[in-house]
Amino acid sequence: MSSVAKKKGFGGHIWDYLTTVDHKKIAILYLAAGTLFFAIAGFEALLIRVQLMIPNNDFISAGLFNELLTMHGTTMLFLAATPLLFAFMNAIVPLQIGARDVAFPFLNALGFWLFFFGAVFLHLSFFLGGGPDAGWTSYASLSLYSPGHGIDFYVLGLQISGAGTLISGINFIVTIITMRAPGMTFMRMPLFTWTSLVSSTLILFAFPPLTVGLFLMLVDRMFGANFFDHTMGGNTIIWEHLFWIFGHPEVYILVLPAFGLFSEIIPVFARKRLFGYSSMVFATILIGFLGFMVWAHHMFTTGLGATANAIFAVATMAIAVPTGMKVFNWILTIWGGSVKVTVPMLYALGFIPSFVAGGVTGVMQAAAPLDYQLHDSYFIVAHFHYVIVGGIVTALFGSAHFYWPIMFNRALNEKLGVLTFWIFFIGFHLTFFVQHFLGLMGMPRRVFTYMADQGWDTFNFISSIGALMMGVGVILLVINVLISIKSAPLNRRDYWGDGRSLEWALETPLPFYNFKQTPLVRGYDPYWIEKEEGNKEGMVYAEPIGDIHMPNNSILPFVMSIGTFVAAFGALYSPWGDQAKAGTAESVSPGLSLALLIGGLGLTIVCMIIRSFKDDLGYHVHKEEVVQIEKELAEYRAKGGKR
Amino acid sequence: MAHDTHFETRSQAQYEYDRAQNAKHMRKQVTQFAIMIMLTFVAFAAVVADFSPYFIKPLILLLAGVQVVQQLYSFMHMDEKDAPHMGVIQFFIWGGGFIAFTFFVAFLTIIWW
Repeated sequence: MSSVAKKKGFGGHIWDYLTTVDHKKIAILYLAAGTLFFAIAGFEALLIRVQLMIPNNDFISAGLFNELLTMHGTTMLFLAATPLLFAFMNAIVPLQIGARDVAFPFLNALGFWLFFFGAVFLHLSFFLGGGPDAGWTSYASLSLYSPGHGIDFYVLGLQISGAGTLISGINFIVTIITMRAPGMTFMRMPLFTWTSLVSSTLILFAFPPLTVGLFLMLVDRMFGANFFDHTMGGNTIIWEHLFWIFGHPEVYILVLPAFGLFSEIIPVFARKRLFGYSSMVFATILIGFLGFMVWAHHMFTTGLGATANAIFAVATMAIAVPTGMKVFNWILTIWGGSVKVTVPMLYALGFIPSFVAGGVTGVMQAAAPLDYQLHDSYFIVAHFHYVIVGGIVTALFGSAHFYWPIMFNRALNEKLGVLTFWIFFIGFHLTFFVQHFLGLMGMPRRVFTYMADQGWDTFNFISSIGALMMGVGVILLVINVLISIKSAPLNRRDYWGDGRSLEWALETPLPFYNFKQTPLVRGYDPYWIEKEEGNKEGMVYAEPIGDIHMPNNSILPFVMSIGTFVAAFGALYSPWGDQAKAGTAESVSPGLSLALLIGGLGLTIVCMIIRSFKDDLGYHVHKEEVVQIEKELAEYRAKGGKR
Repeated sequence: MAHDTHFETRSQAQYEYDRAQNAKHMRKQVTQFAIMIMLTFVAFAAVVADFSPYFIKPLILLLAGVQVVQQLYSFMHMDEKDAPHMGVIQFFIWGGGFIAFTFFVAFLTIIWW
C-alpha cells in the first residue's frame, strides 16, 4: 500500500474519484465542477452583455434573455461560488486544524455528488424545453405562472443541490469543532477556519427555510397546492420572505469564507501577524448573526410598512460596523508590513477598495426611502456585482494562486497571473462601475433591450466591453492552470516562504493521511512559531508514529445522488402539475411518473439501508506502512517528482 | 488510535458509584416524565374546562415550550454539563431557536397581522 508508486489506468482514476472520500480529492472535484459551472454562467453573462451592448438589439430573444439571466444568477451563486469555496474549505481547513480528514468523509462525498447531480439536472433544462425564467429569486407571483418546465427544473435542481450543501455545511461544523489537533484552541484557529465555521453555521440555519420554500413551490406547481396563490387564500409574499430568509444569509455564506481567504493571504505577504485577530473573529460571528436579521431589506418596496422597513434598515446598517472592522484590520495588517506584491496579494489589494465600494452602495440601499429609487434598477446590479465579483471572485482567483502549491504540488505562473489580474480587474470595473450611473439614470434591471438615445447607449457599450475583458481574464486563468499541469512539481513546504499556519508546514505532495503524526499546536500561527525556533520539520508532534485510522472509499454517495436525480425527473414530468393539466408543459403517464419517483427514491433509500446495516469502520494504515510511505515520498521528492 | 487501545477494569468502588449515579439519573428522569404527563393533563383540562380560546391558546403554547426544554434537558442529555462540547451544543440549539423565533415573530407581525 503506497500513495506514490501505485500506477493506475485511466478507468482506475475515474473509479478512484467516483468513490473517493478523501477531502483533498473531493476538493479537486468541487474545484473542477465549480469551474465548469462558473464558465457556463460566465458565458451566459457574456451573451447577456452582448445583447445589451447596443440599443434595440435582437441578438437573443426576450424569452431566452430571461432564461439566461435566471440561470446566470442561480448558477453563479449556487453552483459556482458555493462549490468553489467548498473546494478551498475541503482542501485547506483539515490541514489548518491538523486533521487527517473531515469528521464525516462519507457525507462529504455525498454532499458533493448531490450538489453535482442537482446542478446537472438544473442545466438539463436548456435541452429539455427551456430553462427557468423568473429570475434567481423566482418570486412566486411570477414563477407560479411560468409555462413549461423551467421553474420545475429550478425547484427540483436546487432542492437536490441544496441538500448537498446542507450536508457539507454540517460536516464542516462538526469537523472544526471536534477534529482540531491538540493545542488548536478556538482562539488559535486560522481565520479561514473561523469563517468556514461561521459560514457553515449559516448554511445550517439558512438552507432549511429555502428547502421549505422550494417544497411549497414544488407542491404548488406540481400537485396543485395553493400556498402562494392569493386567489386561493395563499400569500405570494411568503415565498419572498422564505427566499430572503435564506437568500440574505447566503450572501454571507459566500463572502465570509472569502474574507477568511484574504485574512490568510494578507498576513503572509505583508509578513506580519494578522492585525486584530480577536476582533476579526468577533466581527465574523457578528456578521453571521446579523445576517439573519436583515432579510426584509430586499423587500422594502413590497409594502411592509414604515415600522418594519425602519427596523430592517437599521439592522442592515449595523452590519457595516463589523465589516468595517475587518477592512480596517486588513489595512492595518498591510500597514508597516514588508509587503511582497505577488498575484494573491494583488487580488487582495484589488479586493479591499472594490469590496468597500460595494459595501458603501449597500449602506445606501439600506436607507429604505432611497431604496424606493434604487430598487430594481441597474444600481442594484452594480452593487451586488461589486460585492460578489469584487469580494468573492477575487478571493477565489487569488486563493487559487495562493493554494495551488498545496492542492496540486504545482505553482501557477506568476507573470501570466499578473496579466490575468489586470485584465480581469479593469474589465470588472469597466463593466460594473458605469452600471451605477445607468441605474441612477433609470435603467431597470432584467430588461432584454432598451430604446436608443436615453443616455444609456455609451455606458451599456462600455459595460459590455468590460464583460468581454473579464471573459478574457478567465480564459487566461484557465490557460494558466493548463500550463501548470506540465510545469515541474514543487516538492517542498512553504512555497511562498512566509507561510504562517499549519498547512504550510506540510511538504507537498501530501500523503493521503496528511499528517504522519498529529501535530501539537503551541500558539496562533503555529508554523511561524516553529520556524522562528528553527524547527526544520515545521511542527512538533502530539503523538509517536503509530497506526493511522482512515475511512474506506465508497460508491454509495454517487449512487444515492443518482437516485435523487432519477426521482426528480419523475416529479418534473408528473401529470398532476398545474402546467401539465393546462397543457403548457410535457408530462408522462401517471405510472411512469410514479415509477421514476419511487424507483429513484427507492434506489437512494436502498443505499441508505446498505450504509446503515453494513458496518464500515474504515481501516488502519499500520505503523510500518506509514514509515514506508514517508520513505517513498522522500525519495520521490528527492528525485524531483520522477517515479 | 489503535496502537494504544487499552481496556479498563472497574473496581468494586467504581461499580458501586456508577450504580448509585444511574439510580439517581433514573429517579430524575421518572420525575421529569411525571411532570410532563401532568403538564399534558393541564393542557387537556384547560380545553375540557372550556376556557376562553384567548386563554387556552397561549397556555398550551407556553406548556409546549416548557416541554420542549424538558425534553432537551432531561431526555436528550443537555443537562450533562461535563459532556464533550456541551457548550457548543447549547449554543447551536438556543442560537437556532432564537433565529427561528425571529422569523416567527416577523411572520406574525408583518405578514399575517
